[in-house]
Amino acid sequence: MTARRKVLTQAQVGTAIKKLAEKIYEQMKKPGNEWALVGIQRRGVPLAERLEKSLEELGASPLSVGTLDITFYRDDMGEAPLNPVVQDTNVPFDVNGKTILLVDDVLYTGRTIRCALDELMDFGRPNQVLLAVLVDRGLRELPIHADFAGESVSTNEQERVEVHLEEVDGEDAVWLNQSEKSEGRSAK
Amino acid sequence: MTANNKSNTKSTETLLIRGGRVVDPGNQRDAEMDVLIEGETISRVAKTIPAPAGGRVLEAKGLVVMPGLVDMHVHLREPGHEGAETIESGTRAAAAGGVTSVVSMPNTNPPIDNVSGIRFILRRAAETGLVRVWPTGCITRQRAGDGLAEIGAMVKAGCVAITDDGDSVSKTRLLRRAMEYAKVFDLLVIEHSEDKSLKGDGVMNEGALATRLGYRGIPKQVESIAVARNIALAELTGARMHLAHISTRDSVDLIRAAKKRGVPVTAETTPHHFSLTEEAVVTYGSNAKMNPPLGSANDRDALLKGLADGTIDAIATDHAPHTRAAKEQEFSIAPFGVVGLETLLPLTITQLIEPGLLTWSDAVKRLCLNPAKILNLPVGTLSEGAPADVVLVDPSEERQMSSFSSKSQNSPFLGWTLRGFSQAVIVGGRVVIRREALKTV
Amino acid sequence: MKDLIGLEHLSGAQIEHILETARPMKSLFTRSIKKVPVLRGKTVALVFFEASTRTRSSFELAAKRLSADTLNLAMSTSSVTKGESLLDTMKTFEAMKVDFMVLRHSSSGATELVGRDTKAHVINAGDGSHEHPTQGLLDIFTILEKKKRVDGLNVVIVGDILHSRVARSNFWGLAKLGAHITVCGPATLIPKGIEDVFGRKVRVCYKMEEALKDADVINVLRLQRERQEGDFFPSLREYTELYGLNSERLRLAKPDCLVLHPGPMNRGIEISSEVADGPRSMILEQVTNGIAIRMAVLYLFSGPNGFPANISAAKKGKKSLLEIGN
Repeated sequence: MTARRKVLTQAQVGTAIKKLAEKIYEQMKKPGNEWALVGIQRRGVPLAERLEKSLEELGASPLSVGTLDITFYRDDMGEAPLNPVVQDTNVPFDVNGKTILLVDDVLYTGRTIRCALDELMDFGRPNQVLLAVLVDRGLRELPIHADFAGESVSTNEQERVEVHLEEVDGEDAVWLNQSEKSEGRSAK
Repeated sequence: MTANNKSNTKSTETLLIRGGRVVDPGNQRDAEMDVLIEGETISRVAKTIPAPAGGRVLEAKGLVVMPGLVDMHVHLREPGHEGAETIESGTRAAAAGGVTSVVSMPNTNPPIDNVSGIRFILRRAAETGLVRVWPTGCITRQRAGDGLAEIGAMVKAGCVAITDDGDSVSKTRLLRRAMEYAKVFDLLVIEHSEDKSLKGDGVMNEGALATRLGYRGIPKQVESIAVARNIALAELTGARMHLAHISTRDSVDLIRAAKKRGVPVTAETTPHHFSLTEEAVVTYGSNAKMNPPLGSANDRDALLKGLADGTIDAIATDHAPHTRAAKEQEFSIAPFGVVGLETLLPLTITQLIEPGLLTWSDAVKRLCLNPAKILNLPVGTLSEGAPADVVLVDPSEERQMSSFSSKSQNSPFLGWTLRGFSQAVIVGGRVVIRREALKTV
Repeated sequence: MKDLIGLEHLSGAQIEHILETARPMKSLFTRSIKKVPVLRGKTVALVFFEASTRTRSSFELAAKRLSADTLNLAMSTSSVTKGESLLDTMKTFEAMKVDFMVLRHSSSGATELVGRDTKAHVINAGDGSHEHPTQGLLDIFTILEKKKRVDGLNVVIVGDILHSRVARSNFWGLAKLGAHITVCGPATLIPKGIEDVFGRKVRVCYKMEEALKDADVINVLRLQRERQEGDFFPSLREYTELYGLNSERLRLAKPDCLVLHPGPMNRGIEISSEVADGPRSMILEQVTNGIAIRMAVLYLFSGPNGFPANISAAKKGKKSLLEIGN
């Protein structure tokens, strides 16, 4: 039995992204390094693109956007089934000296972010790395926090937070699924 | 000729085989009859024979009673390769398969090319053999293809044919001389027909499958070129030539034409060649690596037809034991050959008799009567006065082949379910194998 | 699927998937740190019963860029001819608990023989005249990168087809992806029945002038000099005259025709230096791509059940590289 509840509607997702962009822009305005965005595959990628657009609307000059697939950096190889589909990793700019804003849809255990940090460091040495997520659902397993969160949702381990985005899923919404079996504390 | 089985203690028993279907083409018999054995010989075959006083009775109702099988192509490996087979284990495998006469090939180490070699085989057979062993000797000294072996002396010692089996005699003039020489003794020359230089480093039948698997091919002409030459030599010399393990359509056609002309040639094929095609290489790996190689379906069809119309006189196993270690090697390195003594009878029944290609009587000709005639052996029939080599066969007994009595297990037929197994095997009047199910009185 | 024996045993979708996975692997090469931790703790044994510098180094680098440990075992060919059992040797390696055995052997079928007997993933790095699947994959990857498609291309493979495992892997892969295949070489080096073996008609030509017309890709095979002793052709000079690829002959092909060679080359024999070093030559690109392909293979076969057979289910919704190409 799976109970399913919509946490955010389409309009609310739009508002949450806008609010997130405003928070980021506040920080960005301060004098400092050049900024660039890196979305984590899959839904972090369209999210990063939307944030970039919102930031431009707020007055930022166009920003570079890259993508990361963290498959090769996961810490559960051999335990979880292999992910046979490797998405594109594309960081088409020099990360050295920049402020890199990592973007993902949900922050949970922190393991995905750990992987993304490892991978990012293999591209060079950014001056600063910040993290923006649409939903922070708590329950961290690593000392990682979001610098910018659109929404905070309190959850337990039996629940599943699903962010749906138009570009990938055909709708904008955030769902909370009550699942009998634990999602397992994997990379997500 | 001496019957050289183990029976130092000659059988003096009286044995009645009662109520079986006696198939004995040597005497045009195929009917429910009784067979009486007294001592080492068959004394009477008739509709009803009263049970002899003090004798044993084997109830053969529902069974086929036929002469013991004569396998004219067997590698017993002793001396030299006792890890793969010995005369003891090989004749045990023969008995298990209903084979009461084994014609041993001389490509041992050392090769059997002289009198002491022949004597060694006969002595070991007498000491350890469970069935009769009829030795052959080499055509050439050391089986090296140069210079004649002491053929006349070997014949005196008990050699029943000469062959360099494993190899063809590639020097045509030498083979001509051997045949002329053998003719004087009315001795059979058995040729392993193969053009060695054309074969090269081939390991399986040449064609699309070998191309796909990346194995060097052996064109079918490797055999038919040699068959044509050997037929020509039989024609030239008038000596009797037997062509071993025939495997291709072209060879069958050549032999058929030669027989029509009256050339003194005979031929055998093997159960693996009439049961399998080259596709078996994919499934069975090195257990389907044999020489000559398994052919196409077209070749197999020709063999079946040749068996049916009598172009091919005999079925022989080319029983070629190899150790597991040898066969577990890479396909191109693994030796050629498969064991066959224990699958000869059931494959003949399942592949030839059941589909109606051969009658029981014709099958017994190919398995018993013809090989004995070709080699001038006093076996292969249930004639009164003949050596009492008899097999009782249950044509409907089904078995999954799981292991063999042979020392070696290199067979593609392991795992196959076959029908038609011997229930009792009698050699020289002695029951050497009897299944428990068989009733005796 | 536990082992990679040959492209014969892969579906078109599986082949495409390996090619697609090689793409992110190749993009790693442009990073300052070219190594990812994905196979950390895995051991890849490189067991080469035949001398090979290129393929072995390529596999070694591929394994290392995925953070696997490598074990280099150059077996002397003489131990094979001495009858040392291949399976015994391989069981020894299995006892060392290696996860992968990358095997090169002079006997066709050797990888399959070993794969049946070991729990490790066996990757065929060339077995006799049978297959060399990663070479086939890297050739096709190179074609795909430049031509954006394989389907409908005219691919000509020139040289010693009879003894070539590279050719056989190319045939299977190209046929499954829909290329038109032509082979060209002396009749003595074209195996029997080749036309109908690979699931798609293979055209056989004995004249280069005929074979090269309208070619999109020419894959020139290495000529083993010792074949001359096997009476397959009279002399190297005559071979070059009849079957060597030079710029004059290359002009018979399409103007954007690619030239591939698995290496190492015999310059001036099967291929002229002018062509080998010319703008159509993909020879060095093949070397780079080889590492990406081998990384993709090691990665995809490393799962507990090896390479998933039903790959299309796993990649639902993702556009294939081939679709993007079209």
